[in-house]
Amino acid sequence: MDAESLLLSLELASGSGQGLSPDRRASLLTSLMLVKRDYRYDRVLFWGRILGLVADYYIAQGLSEDQLAPRKTLYSLNCMEWSLLPPATDEMMVQTSVVKGRFTGDPSHEYEHTELQKVNDGEKVFEEEVVVQIKEETRLVSIIDQIDKAVSVIPRGALFKTPFGPVHVNRTFEGLSLSQAKKLSSYFHFREPVELKNKTLLEKADLDPSLDFLDSLEHDIPKGSWSIQMERGNALVVLRSLLWPGLTFFHAPRTKNCGYIYVGTGEKNIDLPFML
Amino acid sequence: MPLDAQVLRSSQEILESQANLQSWSQGASLSPYEQLAMFQAEEAQLGGMEYPSLNTGFPSEFLPQPYLDGGGIQVPGNASLMQQLQHGRGNVFQELESAYQEPRPDLLGQFSMYQREDLQFSASAQHGPYMRDDPALQFSPSELGFMSFSMQVPEPEPRELAVQNAKAYLLQTSVNCNLSLYEHLVNLLTKILNQRPEDPLSILESLNRTAQWEWFHPKLDTLRDDPEMQLTYEMAERQKALFVRGGSGEGEQDMEEEVTETAVPNIMETAFYFEQAGVGLSSDESFRIFVALKQLVEQQPIRTCRFWGKILGLSGSYLVAEVEFREGEEEVEEEEVEELTEGGEATEAHGEEEGEEDEEKVTDVIPKPTWKPPPVIPKEESRSGTNKFLYFVCNEPGRPWTRLPHVTPAQIVHARKIKKFFTGRLDAPVISYPPFPGNEANYLRAQIARISAATHISPLGFYQFGEEEGDEEEEGRAGRDTYEENADFEGIPVLELVDSLANWVHHRQHILPQGRCTWVNPLQKTEEEEELGEEEEKADEGVEEVEQEIGPPLLTPLSEDAEILHTSPWTTRLSCSLCPQYSVAVVRSNLWPGAYAYAIGKKFENIYIGWGHKYSPENFNPSLPGPIQHEYPSGPEIMEMSDPTVEEEQALKAAQEHALATAEEEEEEEDEDEDEDADD
Repeated sequence: MDAESLLLSLELASGSGQGLSPDRRASLLTSLMLVKRDYRYDRVLFWGRILGLVADYYIAQGLSEDQLAPRKTLYSLNCMEWSLLPPATDEMMVQTSVVKGRFTGDPSHEYEHTELQKVNDGEKVFEEEVVVQIKEETRLVSIIDQIDKAVSVIPRGALFKTPFGPVHVNRTFEGLSLSQAKKLSSYFHFREPVELKNKTLLEKADLDPSLDFLDSLEHDIPKGSWSIQMERGNALVVLRSLLWPGLTFFHAPRTKNCGYIYVGTGEKNIDLPFML
Repeated sequence: MPLDAQVLRSSQEILESQANLQSWSQGASLSPYEQLAMFQAEEAQLGGMEYPSLNTGFPSEFLPQPYLDGGGIQVPGNASLMQQLQHGRGNVFQELESAYQEPRPDLLGQFSMYQREDLQFSASAQHGPYMRDDPALQFSPSELGFMSFSMQVPEPEPRELAVQNAKAYLLQTSVNCNLSLYEHLVNLLTKILNQRPEDPLSILESLNRTAQWEWFHPKLDTLRDDPEMQLTYEMAERQKALFVRGGSGEGEQDMEEEVTETAVPNIMETAFYFEQAGVGLSSDESFRIFVALKQLVEQQPIRTCRFWGKILGLSGSYLVAEVEFREGEEEVEEEEVEELTEGGEATEAHGEEEGEEDEEKVTDVIPKPTWKPPPVIPKEESRSGTNKFLYFVCNEPGRPWTRLPHVTPAQIVHARKIKKFFTGRLDAPVISYPPFPGNEANYLRAQIARISAATHISPLGFYQFGEEEGDEEEEGRAGRDTYEENADFEGIPVLELVDSLANWVHHRQHILPQGRCTWVNPLQKTEEEEELGEEEEKADEGVEEVEQEIGPPLLTPLSEDAEILHTSPWTTRLSCSLCPQYSVAVVRSNLWPGAYAYAIGKKFENIYIGWGHKYSPENFNPSLPGPIQHEYPSGPEIMEMSDPTVEEEQALKAAQEHALATAEEEEEEEDEDEDEDADD
């Protein structure tokens, strides 16, 4: 959610039950403003909160002019001092995929994972148990990246693509209409499109190249991994992801207010196919 | 400059000129037909004064010229008209002329239509820099017959050409809307010129936006409501009803009555404390829940009431209220439910009797299965164990509250084995393996029971056991199940509550693996059953012995809870580290994500907001299907044989016929012999 409209966004996203306490909100308002100044970001988003056993991580992201460019992620334990996280790489993902369980809340904590590695010692090849240490920070980076790629949402029309390439915020976006807001096809993934080129020519003919340049949520697998409902007496549409429980996207139809927040344990819900 | 003139013209008579513009712009003389045919204006002819329209009857002399010149635009037949146009640059009378010219194009319209189709197929001549498919350039020879004019053909300069093309581009309309950019700009500038605001450049953007908005979103009818918002208005009406103060009349007496104790708790205070912990719904939502609970209290005979929490679902969520009825009120509904089930049983028994009669008639006696269903564990009484409280749910404040049925141990046992999302509709079936005995209302109730039993906690000392009378032995075995508030509770300092988990205790009974809070021996039969099934009982005795299941007793501290994979099942936190003097102690459950409890001084409360599932670090493994059933043992009374194949049957039939035939022959021979003998 945008740091500019933090209070309203938190209020609208509160339907999922988890939010921020007043002291955290106050500290966020001040510190995010300073972050924007220091790092010269065009827009700062408050991404959410990952609940750990001992402490929670508060995550913010900074965007440049081009909304689809790689974002910088920052984390903090007290909403005041922010530290920049390294960008996510594929190796990190592979490395951290073996770690399971909750986050501890201590960024310097190291997970130990024993692997059997083949070690060549001259002519002999034998397996050795190697203990790999994985830092919690790495795990944090990779989980945030996965969540962003999988379930970050933006409504259709909120961004537009200029003919030269960069993607900008659409200042004339007045919100989706009620009938559009109830359909999953009006919401896009907020990341580089992956499936767009697989569309048939017939489908592509109906698309508007300046608005429909991202993947829609409609074709997510497994089907039904999004829960879409109206709250507040039909005045607010809320999308909740079932694959990463804790991600809430809200949008008030016919207004500009929209955003998403993740408050959860940072674990994927692998049991989803059994639960639907 | 030509554009300016046009603007001037249009500013004076905007409406007429617009129509004319369109007609001019989209290929003058083609406009009516073009509009009818919804033709894209990419090939539009510009009807500007400097741009002579070409589609009217074409003199034959001009036909070859496009191919020769390769760049010039021909002036078509209506020379008089065109010349006037050409000379009328910047002339206000253009408009009059265009109005006058209107009917003329109609005459030749049909030809232009025909010509237009041709144009698309004919090759285009060489073009200048901005020239697009100029229909004028492509003439079909068939028009020769109509050329009766001769006129001079002044060629427009390249710059004019460029201007004309630019205007053609601006006058494009797309399939989605009928408004072209040109018209929109004309509208905008007209508005600005009419209103003459100060510093128009700075407000150009907003003016642009409003003009667009007005065109695309016509104002709503004063008589009709917006159909999209119907549902929203309905919900608002329903919620408005909540805020109306009930009762016959207003007055001081009513106020005094209301100020006395009400069963509805102080939801706003609870919401405030949970907000300090970063949990809970927004404050206006909490207030709506409060009024909705108030409505519930008025409708049902309720003694105590509590907001239990919110369970999220796929297409709707549940707000859950935990209530206790007043003494004696509850039994009415219970009896109704029992009557229904008894009625069902009676019909079933009747059905079985009929079935048995039919069976006896059949010659082959079907062996009766020896399998007996495991004994059904009786559900707990109301106001005890898992059914201590009653639960009401609704989807949104304002909607009617629905009562959830009591939970049976079988449902709890099954709920432990499955993991399903709630849909938000109470009557939705729960499709799972093992099949859940009930629909979503029962599954919801079972999960609520499990969550309450596992996560309802209070500070140590808040509740205590009352002074009990009776044998201690019995109590020791069965466990105490009643507690009362401790009047002398002083409150534990917040820091101590956060530091040690031993300062919190469970005040709800633990649910045994059986599905109940108090253990019941399933093999023990009631008196009625004993009378009927004495013989069977003797056979069963001694085969199974069931151990009594014991769970942790009431009021055990949290420190005794089992760990999840070496992590504590609870996390404690101070709500605000910056001001520990005023902060609240918050406890979060790691086993049931979404369950929170806070305590400060003498106040505490529990709440659950979440999906309603337990946390498990491993993947969910669904129950495997049961083992394959054994076949019935083949014995002397039952022997399974395979059916004969078709060949065997036919062979048998043939053999039988053969035997019959030979038998008949023999008889005949005998008869003949006899006859012969007789004859002889």
